[in-house]
Amino acid sequence: MLRLIDINKYYNPGTVNEMCLFNGFNLNIDEEEFVSVVGSNGSGKTSMLNIICGSIPIDKGRIEINDIDITNMPEYKRQMRIGRVYQNPALGTCPNMTILENMSLADNKGNSFNLGRGTDKKRIELYKELLMKLGLGLEDKMDVTVGTLSGGQRQALALVMATMTPIEFLILDEHTAALDPKTAELIMELTDLIVREKRLTTIMVTHNLRYAVEYGNRLVMMHQGEIVVDKIGKEKEVLKVDDILDRFNEISIECGN
Amino acid sequence: MLTIIIGIFEEGLAYAVLALGIYITYKILDFPDLSVDGTFPLGGAMTALLITAGVNPVLTLLLSFLTGAIAGIVTGIIHVKFKVRDLLSGIIVMTALYSINLRIAGSANVAIYSKESIFDNAFLNDLIPEGFRPYLVLAILLIIVVIMKVLLDQYLKTKSGYLLRAVGDNESVVTSLAKDKGVMKIIGLAIANAFVALAGGLFAQKNGYFDITIGTGALVTGVASVIIGTNLFRKLTFMKSTSAVVIGSILYKACVQMAISFGLRAQDQKLITSILFLIILITSNERKRRVKGHA
Repeated sequence: MLRLIDINKYYNPGTVNEMCLFNGFNLNIDEEEFVSVVGSNGSGKTSMLNIICGSIPIDKGRIEINDIDITNMPEYKRQMRIGRVYQNPALGTCPNMTILENMSLADNKGNSFNLGRGTDKKRIELYKELLMKLGLGLEDKMDVTVGTLSGGQRQALALVMATMTPIEFLILDEHTAALDPKTAELIMELTDLIVREKRLTTIMVTHNLRYAVEYGNRLVMMHQGEIVVDKIGKEKEVLKVDDILDRFNEISIECGN
Repeated sequence: MLTIIIGIFEEGLAYAVLALGIYITYKILDFPDLSVDGTFPLGGAMTALLITAGVNPVLTLLLSFLTGAIAGIVTGIIHVKFKVRDLLSGIIVMTALYSINLRIAGSANVAIYSKESIFDNAFLNDLIPEGFRPYLVLAILLIIVVIMKVLLDQYLKTKSGYLLRAVGDNESVVTSLAKDKGVMKIIGLAIANAFVALAGGLFAQKNGYFDITIGTGALVTGVASVIIGTNLFRKLTFMKSTSAVVIGSILYKACVQMAISFGLRAQDQKLITSILFLIILITSNERKRRVKGHA
């Protein structure tokens, strides 16, 4: 499904601050895998997501989705098959537009944004049903601007918007990190629900080891641009938070932290 | 007194089309587009050229509109494709347009009041009774402003319009929708500058002349109208921002007129425009630049 092949990525090349993040990095992700990615700061988790989405260029290597080379495809074109939820709840929605307008925009992904009506009135009931599942009462606030909602509400909306249209890939970039524990839990449950229901291939970067262990069917730990732990299926199921934590501590000691 | 009030409304309505254009760049796109100081006289220059050549006045307006759109596209391409800063892109186009406008019009000052215009032509002269004459310009301007406002309102409700608003609101949403945010910015600048050039054309036809200096302060006038309108009527949710902007334009012209009637001279107009603008900025709290991150 997704293949990162022999990726090299340097930051500040040619300067004294040159830093090699990835050197011959490889990763294969199969259809319907739900991969949790953990790792310390600077281990390359978010860079990896940015490379997949095309937000940052790579120096060498190839990126393939379904055997199609997308290495040189501009960021926006890749999004046709990718849904992304960011760490910052503000990034996934338009604050000065209403919930209805935001959902209408998301609903039209993949179609042309022409001079047709922005909101299809026939779809409103469907939008409300989608929001009803969140249990946040957003379905009664269709004409409220999104900027007035709380972070958790916005993130839930962003999650719904990212997964509304048929996508192949869901990318979650620490999407619960900015939320309080209770809301984070809710968003995590919603995520799991949506991923199962739509059978999405998912990559979730998280700092929450418990989420990484509890959710998904594959766990990857990254360290200094390399994959140090990769547990799939059965191996992942028996994994406990403590196992991960121990490995995490080992890495930190190696680094001298 | 009545003539002064009619004058204010005429002036305000002609500039309302400009304000609507600037509403698109300043409020929706969050783009300080200085090219309008060049596209306003561009519309005037096109009008001077075409009216002198005997082209139909309505067609002239349409052509002014299109020329403005082209200028907007140029600003957009400089900014989006060549990654020049927004302010500088506008300044480059504005400066280039100064020469282009002189080329189009032929000289720095062209009188066209003896020619037919949308306000003064054989057809209207037969149709409109003598008693209504003083209000004729006002009525025609009002019709044009309403048409342009409704067109803009309708556009903003389309899918393309939604996307335009999304670009100004949160670019990353547009990228997530698999759409090129740069193209949307160019479209927005094209529409905005088309409106501004149309305003320049209206101004030239109404006043019967083109002058190379009419563009100076176009952005200031437009932004001032937008801020007055949107701030004054912020509480009135039933009123559309576009309507508020039109009223803002008339109020702004009234303020300038008032300042002049307090003994200042006509040549002080740009100074008054600037000082009024500063007062509006300070009192409306618009100084702090809108946060791009929207955190």
